[in-house]
Amino acid sequence: MDEEYDVIVLGTGLTECILSGLLSKEGKKVLHMDRNDYYGGESASLNLTQLYRKFRPGQEPPAELGRDRDYAVDLVPKFIIASGELTQILVHTDVTRYLEFKQIAGSFVYRDGKISKVPSTEMEAVRSPLMGIFEKRRAKKFFEFLQGWKDEDPTTHQGINLDRDSMKTVYEKFGLEPGTQDFIGHAMALYLDDDYITKPARPTYNRIVLYTSSMARYGKSPYIYPLYGLGELPQSFARLSAIYGGTYMLDKPIDEIVTDEQGKFVGVRSGSETVKAKQVIGDPSYFGAGKQVEGKLRVVEESKVIRAICVLKHPIPETEDSDSCQIIIPQNQVGRRNDIYIAMVSSTHNVCAKGIHIAIVSTIVETDKPELEILPGLKLLGQIHDKFVSISPVYTPTAPGVDDNIFITQSYDATSHFETVVEDVQDVWKRVTGSDLVLKKQELEVQE
Amino acid sequence: MSKQFQFKLVLLGESAVGKSSLVLRFVKDQFDDYRESTIGAAFLTQTVTLEDQTTVKFEIWDTAGQERYKSLAPMYYRNANCAVVVYDITQSASLEKARNWIRELQRQADPSIVIALCGNKSDLSARRQVSEEEAKKYAEEEGLMWAETSAKTGEGVSEIFTAIAKKLPLTAPPSARSGAARGTTGARSGVDLNKQPAGQNANEPCNC
Repeated sequence: MDEEYDVIVLGTGLTECILSGLLSKEGKKVLHMDRNDYYGGESASLNLTQLYRKFRPGQEPPAELGRDRDYAVDLVPKFIIASGELTQILVHTDVTRYLEFKQIAGSFVYRDGKISKVPSTEMEAVRSPLMGIFEKRRAKKFFEFLQGWKDEDPTTHQGINLDRDSMKTVYEKFGLEPGTQDFIGHAMALYLDDDYITKPARPTYNRIVLYTSSMARYGKSPYIYPLYGLGELPQSFARLSAIYGGTYMLDKPIDEIVTDEQGKFVGVRSGSETVKAKQVIGDPSYFGAGKQVEGKLRVVEESKVIRAICVLKHPIPETEDSDSCQIIIPQNQVGRRNDIYIAMVSSTHNVCAKGIHIAIVSTIVETDKPELEILPGLKLLGQIHDKFVSISPVYTPTAPGVDDNIFITQSYDATSHFETVVEDVQDVWKRVTGSDLVLKKQELEVQE
Repeated sequence: MSKQFQFKLVLLGESAVGKSSLVLRFVKDQFDDYRESTIGAAFLTQTVTLEDQTTVKFEIWDTAGQERYKSLAPMYYRNANCAVVVYDITQSASLEKARNWIRELQRQADPSIVIALCGNKSDLSARRQVSEEEAKKYAEEEGLMWAETSAKTGEGVSEIFTAIAKKLPLTAPPSARSGAARGTTGARSGVDLNKQPAGQNANEPCNC
């Protein structure tokens, strides 16, 4: 450990692993460490032994759940948007060589006490119980407007200015009912709350376009998912880093972030050893996790997310026996400020034994009784065989890091996808290197 | 048409026992005394043709140094059809390490995996610390294939890979071997991210 590195990366979550892979490819000398003996940090997928060690220390997993190695239970429920930014990074770095993906079978939305499929084709839309016959006509006009929009052609704008007019103005123009607005804003634009309604319509327009183009890409839902769980994603980027010379050390306790008198980063101490580097990147858990360390508060808590990992022995009722799905419970439907999400995967994705389904119910915590807040989601699951609940603070760094060479990433948020993770990667990349992240399509060499 | 099969082969063993050199000899018939670890290769491939004209293509995964601090990812073992566990005949400690890797394989990899134990650097037999008998006895006990090789002279290298190819179950159609068939057109059961749908742009027709 007496070498000097360009960058030390702490934590092997997806954000850190993407950064590590991209930096190694750029020729930086990277040392990547993790206190855990597994890859993935907060975004890991755990086998049964690891899951029990984390949630029920001292207790053995029950034999009836099957083989340990058949399990890869995600800690953070997220899916990959087919046409989204993470897909771009996966394709451009060619880590798709190490991964295999399947579609998520369906996307559902909760309304008036029932679950309905988010229509994926025109036929489904016509049959969908989500809207009455007149509302369907109004919605059709709204979607035709979005589809026909061309920035350079004012005749397609129908008097709307996407950058100035609020989404409320757009909804009102087409006379859409509140239930339809819920469906569009939450099940398609994937907003977690209603703050977007009073803001300019452009970002919402972009999100709906992303949703529909992702839906069109593979058909059943806008989402894809890696076989063997989300934990495969950080592993694939870690391998990318390693084949470009990155050094990996798991199971390494990090005892101190060493700085000089000016507070600038010097190195990382583990036990009696200190490794030096020019810069450090790491997840918030390595930088005090919301507490002051040596008089410095490096990350603060923004919110809390509750996640309940539920083991089911059946598919979720009313989802057409889907082997995987997302269910969105818009906040208005259950009198909340934030949506409740359910993400379900099964043995089709090689994440659990046959006959088992793993559903994660999550939301942003609003009260001091978070377990009660997810009840509307739990109720949709039918009989829950077992449940592992966690409440995780979402941390954000207090400083950009350019002054002290300490660059901290964000915790994983409550969104159902990885778009904000990629935004964080782009942001940290810019802080670390001083320039924008430009992805160059580069195929990994296969030597023959 | 002769049959073609593709398998994922993983390399294991302590650092500096000659894992990469062994593969370089097999794939390119080259040797470099001062070779550093492979940089920038996703994996290497080499094809072996058997007597009945069946061809076996190996997709060979190097550890990329991730074994050094015990940081190999589960992904590495995933869907591996065969493994070559390498030790250095001049370092008795490296056989101990090889035993650990074999235990790790038995724990993490598919139970049907074909494992070959490989005593490398046979050209340095003057400095031998591991006897043929000792290694062979251990391999027999564990049901492993065993051979000594020299990446430097090439002795025994292609033989051990051919022996592995013969031992692999050449019955299932290639497409059934999902792990090894990754990146091969038509072999994926899932979705292909690299395939862009025609006419993909911002104004995608709306599905609603």
